[in-house]
Amino acid sequence: MLSFDDVVARYEPVIGLETHVELGTQTKMFCGCPTVFGAEPNTQVCPVCLGLPGSLPVTNKAAIEATVRIGLALNCSIASWCRFARKNYFYPDMPKNFQISQYDEPLCSDGYLDVEVDGELFRIGIERVHLEEDTGKSLHVGGATGRIHGATESLVDFNRAGIPLVEIVTKPVPGIGARAPEVAKAYVAELRDVIRTLGVSDVKMEQGSMRCDVNTSLNKLGETWGTRTETKNVNSLRSVERSVRSEMIRQGNILENGGHIIQETRHFHEDTGESTSGRSKETATDYRYFPEPDLVPLAPDATWVKELKAALPELPRVHRARLTAEWGLSALDMQSILNAGAVELIEQTVAQGASPEAARKWWLGELSRHANERGIELGDSGVTPSQVAQLQKLVDEGKLTDKLARQVLEGVLAGEGDPAEVMAARGIEVVSDTGALTVAVDEAIAANPDIAEKIRGGNQAAAGVLIGAVMKTTRGQADAKTVRELVLSRLSN
Amino acid sequence: MESLADRTAHELSGMLAAGEVSAVELTKDALGVIERTNKALNSFLTVSDVQAMSAAKAVDEARARGEKLGPMAGIPVAVKDVLVTKGVTTTAGSRILEGFVPPYDATAVQRLRQAGAIIVGKTNMDEFAMGSSNENSGFGAVHHPWDLSRVPGGSSGGSAAAVAAGQAVAALGTDTGGSIRLPAAFCGLVAIKPTYGRVSRYGLIAFASSLDQVGPMTRDVTDAATLLEAISGHDPADATSLEDPADFTTGLDRGIKGLRVGIVKELFTEGMEPEVAAAVRRGIDQLVSLGAQVEECSLPSFKYALAAYHVIAPAEASSNLARFDGVRYGLRSPDARDVTEMMMRSREEGFGDEVKRRIMVGTYALSAGYYDAYYDKAQRVRTVVIRELEAAYENFDVLVGPTAPCVAFKLGDRVNDPVAMYLADIATIPMSLAGIPAITVPIGLADGLPVGLQIFGPHFSEAQILRAAFALEQSAGFDSRPRRDFAHSAAPQAKPGQP
Ligand SMILES: [Zn+2]
Repeated sequence: MLSFDDVVARYEPVIGLETHVELGTQTKMFCGCPTVFGAEPNTQVCPVCLGLPGSLPVTNKAAIEATVRIGLALNCSIASWCRFARKNYFYPDMPKNFQISQYDEPLCSDGYLDVEVDGELFRIGIERVHLEEDTGKSLHVGGATGRIHGATESLVDFNRAGIPLVEIVTKPVPGIGARAPEVAKAYVAELRDVIRTLGVSDVKMEQGSMRCDVNTSLNKLGETWGTRTETKNVNSLRSVERSVRSEMIRQGNILENGGHIIQETRHFHEDTGESTSGRSKETATDYRYFPEPDLVPLAPDATWVKELKAALPELPRVHRARLTAEWGLSALDMQSILNAGAVELIEQTVAQGASPEAARKWWLGELSRHANERGIELGDSGVTPSQVAQLQKLVDEGKLTDKLARQVLEGVLAGEGDPAEVMAARGIEVVSDTGALTVAVDEAIAANPDIAEKIRGGNQAAAGVLIGAVMKTTRGQADAKTVRELVLSRLSN
Repeated sequence: MESLADRTAHELSGMLAAGEVSAVELTKDALGVIERTNKALNSFLTVSDVQAMSAAKAVDEARARGEKLGPMAGIPVAVKDVLVTKGVTTTAGSRILEGFVPPYDATAVQRLRQAGAIIVGKTNMDEFAMGSSNENSGFGAVHHPWDLSRVPGGSSGGSAAAVAAGQAVAALGTDTGGSIRLPAAFCGLVAIKPTYGRVSRYGLIAFASSLDQVGPMTRDVTDAATLLEAISGHDPADATSLEDPADFTTGLDRGIKGLRVGIVKELFTEGMEPEVAAAVRRGIDQLVSLGAQVEECSLPSFKYALAAYHVIAPAEASSNLARFDGVRYGLRSPDARDVTEMMMRSREEGFGDEVKRRIMVGTYALSAGYYDAYYDKAQRVRTVVIRELEAAYENFDVLVGPTAPCVAFKLGDRVNDPVAMYLADIATIPMSLAGIPAITVPIGLADGLPVGLQIFGPHFSEAQILRAAFALEQSAGFDSRPRRDFAHSAAPQAKPGQP
């Protein structure tokens, strides 16, 4: 059995990614139905998205605009004239048994996206960006697994049917060797950030608003590209990386044993990290594409496209470069912020008044640890950038020590409210009342006469023991610096 | 027996306005004719008697209150069962949609209602509008009101028979390759297929999306103009709908002096019935005597139009009809083991032979490896037809020819020969491919049966071809009074319609 390292020592991978992004338009692609996620089944439907006899599609202009903006952000050329096409195949969750998509005339084509892995730059070619409609969702009930096997009934929810879906297809990416899994992940992460920056989708992989299919092939070093497989159902950044890695290992071992790769669709399973075989090429559907006769061709006006291009926001890579400079970070520092998914969080925390160093410390320290322990995204920990900024302000004002601040943060994470509220509720505060502290210091001196003597004798380092004792009696709420000053002044000659 | 519904809509509108007759009386008359004759004709699949009577009552009440009424107010109209009607069963002539009750109205139906028309029912048709004789209906053939042993033409055969028999004053049909013009010609009616995009297709159960159009079928040109005007106009729900003001009634009687008319040689096909050709020639002579400048012309691409049509239309149909799968509505085959088998069996059981034939042809034409040889080539033929027509319209205002190469043929004559059946549409298909407006007007008889003359002009020239048809109608003096002598003779074997 070849390991990943064995495989990349003998074979060269070529990868390609197809990413589907659900647009966050108010209404569906070809009708006026709303697109809210999680509504009761079949409540966001009409004759058009149910494919009732006689209904006709009408194009949603907001979806066209969003797609053109994605294309522009990915450095694509925008078609001056193109058409929708029908992709014909039978499936119970597809109301018309054809999907309105685009075939040989995509709206956007021939662009690229630069991604960085550990400071190394990779330019991923974009083959095309096109627009299509999403399908409904099948639910299988009566079986143990929720899968079709063993189910007694299949139900279909058409709320998702007709939601605009943008498909972004890369050109094949060769020459990245052992980096292939990381590059794939970095590409999807970068693409997600670009689309989020454009504000055209919430790009949540766990909710299915961003979905990936990964193509992988292997060839012997220096030889022509091998047969590729398409792994579907890759629905998290981690899975993108894992699926490329596992597919490379699987193919490498087949090739090493003299077998050959079957061109097929494979399904990735998040739980096992493995994929299983789906349809093979021999049984693949002939989609019988032809231009959609119910819609008129799209002809984006050149001036309009120019305006959209001029109005694009600062894209993530440029944005990160600016922040790196502004925050005085090294490229590596920025990479770790990026890996933690903390760029935006830190930025918002800084915007709320915290210093970049403090914001970075909280998000990459306590909060990352907390998120990792729970296996959640950093942004989902329940603490807002504003709360982190408030916490830091309390530290800066001397109202909290670092140690106390961590206790307050625990309370915020537990949903007890803003830092100030947690402090009040838990009775956490820095003891700065010198009267009360003087009593505590005097008690400590009385309890440790030999130490006190040493200090009187000029050994200031011995003060640590007395400070520790005071901190203990005040349950850590005293400011260590003030305690030290008090100890030294009481024992000065 | 005389019936009020035997008159034209414009005549009846005058009587209604003068208070000589009420919408309720008129509707009652029409429903009475339907009741007496539908068994013999099988022209209606659904009769909406209750809704029709209440709509008629509402029109009479509105009139009594002095409200402004639409141009079709109180006129009984039949609607082809391919247009969806809210709350009223709509089948498109197919068993696969038996009992389907749509939750919405087609735009053309909605506009018909707004115009005040009383919808008396839904008419029989070739299944999914695929046919030229109305023998392909899933609910039995329709019979020709002049001769029950003959076909009324298709696919809008039920609408044609209804108007020709006085079951309704006018009707809506749809035309993909001649489906309103052919039955109108066979039954002695006027019908116009508008410019593609003139009438919204929203709610028209699609056969071939790039060809389908809704149009009026009436007893005279004036009614056709009025009804077309009522249903025309931009519809935001149909992306292919056009913005063009629709005024077809003004200046209808202006005459055709100096009109440049081209006779299209290719439409007088080999195999055309000589008496039909002679009748059409007589009609053309009348155009000359009305002051038109008539000249023969040639459009060679017309020869290939039929073949191109029988690739494009089935290709689109194979995709349009994919949605009938038993999952959401219509017939669902019971006892299937899984969803795939359920979909396959529902389609197997629900579709008739002609529909299956066209789905197979269309699926083949779009298949990988055959697309270029069939679909793409057919589209190129279509482009040539359009170019040739554009060139012809440099020299002519309108072009003319026969509507059909034959008169209404006998039931059963062509059912086993699809190509012979397809040939009935040979003179109507080029205009569909080009998306131009075309009107058929009865010009006389051949073998005692009606013959239609077809007049077609460039895009948006409805007003002009209606004017030419009007002039011809005045001079031809065709007797368009409904025929239902059969009502007293023995009714032949016709399957009863679905109430
Ligand atoms: Zn909808």
